[in-house]
Amino acid sequence: MTTSEIERLISLLAKLPGLGPRSARRAALHLLKKKESLLSPLVDALTRAADQICTCSRCGNLDVEDPCSICTDPRRKEQVICVVEEIADLWALERSGAFRGRYHVLGGTLSALDGIGPEDLHITGLVERASGTQVEEVILATNATVDGQATAHYIADRLGTCSVTVTRLAHGLPLGGELDYLDDGTLTTALKARRPA
Amino acid sequence: MDWTDSGIVLSARRHGDSSAILTLLTLEHGRHAGLVRGGFSRTKRGILQAGNVMAASWRARLEEHLGNYTIELESAHSPAFLDDPDRLSALTSACAMAEAALPEREPHEKIYLDFLYLLEALPGPHWAAAYICWEIGLLADLGFGLDLATCAATGACDDLVYVSPKSGRAVSKEAGAPYRDKLLPLPQFLRVGEADSPQSQPPPSTEAVLEGLNLTGTFLERHVFAPHHKGLPPARHRLVDRLTGITTISGV
Repeated sequence: MTTSEIERLISLLAKLPGLGPRSARRAALHLLKKKESLLSPLVDALTRAADQICTCSRCGNLDVEDPCSICTDPRRKEQVICVVEEIADLWALERSGAFRGRYHVLGGTLSALDGIGPEDLHITGLVERASGTQVEEVILATNATVDGQATAHYIADRLGTCSVTVTRLAHGLPLGGELDYLDDGTLTTALKARRPA
Repeated sequence: MDWTDSGIVLSARRHGDSSAILTLLTLEHGRHAGLVRGGFSRTKRGILQAGNVMAASWRARLEEHLGNYTIELESAHSPAFLDDPDRLSALTSACAMAEAALPEREPHEKIYLDFLYLLEALPGPHWAAAYICWEIGLLADLGFGLDLATCAATGACDDLVYVSPKSGRAVSKEAGAPYRDKLLPLPQFLRVGEADSPQSQPPPSTEAVLEGLNLTGTFLERHVFAPHHKGLPPARHRLVDRLTGITTISGV
């Protein structure tokens, strides 16, 4: 391996999220030192991932098969679709184990500044899925940000013609949250969403 | 170079892993961008939302540099509208309009103060009228003000029901009758002299709001955006689409 190849490895590693040039150098050196136990398996895993992992044409999830294992799992409720912004959000919900329905990944949010319009998100596919006779509820699990909620409202409008119940995640106090340390916005939304004790 | 000012968040874009390029509409420094280190971290991401008011300190070695912001939340307006699609659309539209229409680093004190007034008025029943008045103020501050006080043809101050799409001046019902198909309707809540302010009138109907949005949109598109080969921001179109698709405005 020539120096330029090491530099190429470092520059590619530096493009990964969370890694700068300094961390990339450390990672590259570590990989090269542990060639047999780490570098070769990593190369193998990366090659397999590049060859086999694809985007699910139904929900937008990443998996080795299309449709993905979540879309084909018969134990999951077909009647409920949870709409998330990104695949990372899907993974977060899956980690919680609290949702046993299907997902739909939008691929982002509406953003006027970045020129992301409805046609750039997977909204048409969602409307088609929601129009199916089996679907009863669509949960809008977009982030509690201005862009996320603007997107949720837009989708709710688009789903107005479908005979489905559209719900969204609650906003309010996080578990373990202390009022004294919460920001004004969270407190405002928590107060607005209060419910009988 | 450094200064401290109050600013309204117009946008925050991710930069790198956790930093953000924040654009504020400030009182004394106009639309001004800067880097917020850790702006997309868990603790700061929630406050960098469009419409929130910040106490911002900007620092850079040279004036032309992007510089760094140190920010502290003064008042969080956006969370109040997250559940209200109409008002949220108005808020995002106002932020997008200010971001797209205002030149960078040019003070527009009146637009800033009008924006603060809009943020205060948004929870109330006259939010749509306040939004349209803000756009009229934006036009005026950019040098394309509308004259809605007197008739362009006769000089009369009464019975003004149209606006000339060419001059931006009001036209009376009688003088405008032969050209009414070419003139823009002037909604009642914008008629000067009908009342002291839109707030003293009943909240406008959806039709009147759409007429107002059409009026300001026509002039903003022609004078502010078309010279730069741009159209109105998508968020502004979505506001109109939303109001067109409903029969009543929430809160009215």
